[in-house]
Amino acid sequence: MDRIVIVGASSAGLAAAETLRREGYAGTITLVGDEPHPPYDRPPLSKEILSGAWTSDRLALRTSADLDALGLDTRYGRRAVRLDLHARSVHLSDGSEAGFDGLIVATGVRPRHLPGERAHVLRTVDDALALKDRIGPDRHLVVVGAGFLGAEAAAVARGLGARVTLLEPAPVPLAHAVGETVGQALSRAHLDHGVDLRTGTAVSEVTAQGVRLSDGSVVEADDVLVAIGSHPNTEWLEGSGLTVDNGLVCDEYSAAVGATGVYGAGDVASWHNPLFDTRMRIEHRTNATEQGMTAARNLLGAGRPFTPVPYFWSDQYDMKIRAFGYLRGHDEVRIVQGDLAERTFLAVYRTGDRLSGALSVGMPPKAINTWRQSIAVGAQWADAVSTAAA
Amino acid sequence: MHVEVDVPKCVASGQCVLLAPDVFDQRDEDGLVVLLDDNPAPELHDSVRESATVCPAAAIRLTES
Repeated sequence: MDRIVIVGASSAGLAAAETLRREGYAGTITLVGDEPHPPYDRPPLSKEILSGAWTSDRLALRTSADLDALGLDTRYGRRAVRLDLHARSVHLSDGSEAGFDGLIVATGVRPRHLPGERAHVLRTVDDALALKDRIGPDRHLVVVGAGFLGAEAAAVARGLGARVTLLEPAPVPLAHAVGETVGQALSRAHLDHGVDLRTGTAVSEVTAQGVRLSDGSVVEADDVLVAIGSHPNTEWLEGSGLTVDNGLVCDEYSAAVGATGVYGAGDVASWHNPLFDTRMRIEHRTNATEQGMTAARNLLGAGRPFTPVPYFWSDQYDMKIRAFGYLRGHDEVRIVQGDLAERTFLAVYRTGDRLSGALSVGMPPKAINTWRQSIAVGAQWADAVSTAAA
Repeated sequence: MHVEVDVPKCVASGQCVLLAPDVFDQRDEDGLVVLLDDNPAPELHDSVRESATVCPAAAIRLTES
């Protein structure tokens, strides 16, 4: 193998490139990215960048010296538009091609939009800086979607003195992600901080004045942020022979189904995680890196299944939320430490007879790390909760 | 190998503590990184390099001698 192309120059693509070199691969690495910037970090966009605590130069994931040391053929500011598996070549938006022996697909996701006028979204550094310039006292921001991204942006905007209306179609924010009990407790923080949170409120379009709700009424706003989830960037793979179904479909080794020498990593990759015996596509920061590393090693022949315990964190107001595991589709939530009403607690999740997740707010990290170890070894729920109670 | 940590960048994910518990720890009050050993023994280098790559805040900086 002499030529490896990595499509996607964010966390997953960077981790793959670094890992290839660390494992001794000395051939060509072509790193393709649609943004003009070298790899940078996204979680601070809705936190430190939006609040103005950091300038954007702090987002760089590596110094230019570290990147130079990797000896990459970088193709920034260009999108992959087509994959030809027979010729083993990626066609780029500037008309050039990149031939490969091995390919890592790490093209990520892009925000979903609403019909109507243009609104803010929050995915790139340019998105974050454009929104930041519009937030301040005496300004009204409407945030559509009370998921983690919308909740973080609402919290930052309140901190900057803006008036904030947070619109969420579901009856309880984040219920699908963390369950109704925990979602309810977290969403009360918005009310306590003066956000006008309206649940069960669907938005049909963005207008010049603000947003129109599904009942026809209008909520006026100076600015609108749409944070209603994302689409995997897989259009360029259509007709290639790879399987696409809510992301690039990969096996337990993160290898793309229907091809040899093609791997998926990060937000775009849907794979079967043997630890949870479930197909998942995870849009978490740490997963991007871990899957990029695994994809690189397996492309070089390591043959190691990708069995991570997913992890995410979210900062909202004074809350530090951390979660390990796969919480979606859980059957039971139990508060094992602390107090929901005080928003200092540790919740654990059961799926079937297994311990599937743990989420903490405002607790010492070691409290949740113990549960993470139990999830990692596939602990039975009954054993895990009785050990913890002992 | 010389290890440095950028504490203000740390997001308290604890990934480094899971990978290299002899080199990294976390503060009880906020989970931020504590560097236990800025000059780790050679047998720990692989796990420290892995920690630096995995760190979701790019808060671990290595200087290889």
